[in-house]
Amino acid sequence: MSKIHVTTTVNGDPVEFLADPRDTLLDCLRDQLGLTGTKEGCGTGDCGACSVTVDGVLVCSCLVLGAEAQGKQIGTVEGIANGSELHPLQRKFIEHAALQCGFCTPGILVAAKALLEQNPDPTETEVRYWLAGNLCRCTGYDKIIRAVLDAGAEMRGAN
Amino acid sequence: MRFHTPKTFEAAVAIAAAASGQTRFLAGGTDVLVQMRAAMVMPDDLIDLKHIPGVKDIARTADGGWQIGIAVSGAELGRHAGIGADWPGVVEGMQLVGSTQVQGRATLVGNLCNGSPAADSVPAMVAAGARLSVIGPQGSRDVAVEDIPAGPGRTTLKPGEVVTAVTLPPRGQNGGDAYLRFIPRTEMDIAVVGVAVNLRLEGDKITEARIALGAVAPKILLVPQAAQAIIGSTLDDAAMDALSAAAVAASTPISDKRGTAAFRKDIVGVLVKRAARIAYERAKGAAK
Repeated sequence: MSKIHVTTTVNGDPVEFLADPRDTLLDCLRDQLGLTGTKEGCGTGDCGACSVTVDGVLVCSCLVLGAEAQGKQIGTVEGIANGSELHPLQRKFIEHAALQCGFCTPGILVAAKALLEQNPDPTETEVRYWLAGNLCRCTGYDKIIRAVLDAGAEMRGAN
Repeated sequence: MRFHTPKTFEAAVAIAAAASGQTRFLAGGTDVLVQMRAAMVMPDDLIDLKHIPGVKDIARTADGGWQIGIAVSGAELGRHAGIGADWPGVVEGMQLVGSTQVQGRATLVGNLCNGSPAADSVPAMVAAGARLSVIGPQGSRDVAVEDIPAGPGRTTLKPGEVVTAVTLPPRGQNGGDAYLRFIPRTEMDIAVVGVAVNLRLEGDKITEARIALGAVAPKILLVPQAAQAIIGSTLDDAAMDALSAAAVAASTPISDKRGTAAFRKDIVGVLVKRAARIAYERAKGAAK
């Protein structure tokens, strides 16, 4: 089976990889590029653990083929911190203890960042609906919602 | 599996016509990739339609309707002020499909061609009188959305045919539409019952109506008897009761884990009245 040569940009860095046409973007990020921050939960678009952005649009990377990434801008959890300086969302997740096992956290961080970029001052209801496709089996969600709202408040204050 | 990225619909059809094994067209991929993972479908040829010019466009038609490209996502549809003003029921139906992540990819045509009797965008498209442009080995044709579903997971599209655009008719004056579904939670679920109502008023009186039901039959239903129950009325109590009875009578649901047949019949009679009230108020300009 012939592989497809894909040239794309991940977190601002140009990258290339060879994808089997059946490989998802999630497979390619983890297995070809070694970016294992993006997690595979359900693999069917229900849990949100594999959330990434493609040209700024929040998607499940398990529902995108690696071949579709050609020429796109991909954003993953590895691109959220600025070097060793954590993003406000990451700091607030630690402060609020908004994680336990942490498996869903990368996807939620990516999804929450996408929300705050298009809606810097969301209501609690808006945060809950936006993150409805990110399942967490540990926390009961409350601490996650508070962390996102608090990060939004801090980011608005900083601007 | 071979992955194709044709630049025209004609080229896409030619690839499908030349293929000997399983073929699938790819736009949003939120159903096809799930089926591939579950090994329900392993296409020999997967044809990505997103490199065809215009598939991401929303444009006014010459008569004042809307032409929607086949790769326009739910999120993009939701952001489009013009369609939201003309056809809020279609937009709210599509936006109920899946999560934020799914909305970033999922499309109207995908929701239709997946063939689910519970597809949220389809009753609203049917009620709106949406039509599809289709191209295939035998040439092009124009078909009403309600003629596409054939049963669970099946459509009337012929092998090798592909949808090239969705067209919503001109909204015109004093019209309104609405879609409501019942689910036992608030988000991220599949319709137990879905109801779409589209109507037009002259003064307080309904002069035209189209009513479509989802998840209460093997395919999504256009129910002329329900429309007849309210045409000529001002949506008074008697018309509402007749509307409800017509929707219940047209429903032939199954019992499954989402609800019993009896429950679905009860719910469809309630939801159709609520959706009609919303559509009526929108037609009055209350919530446009």
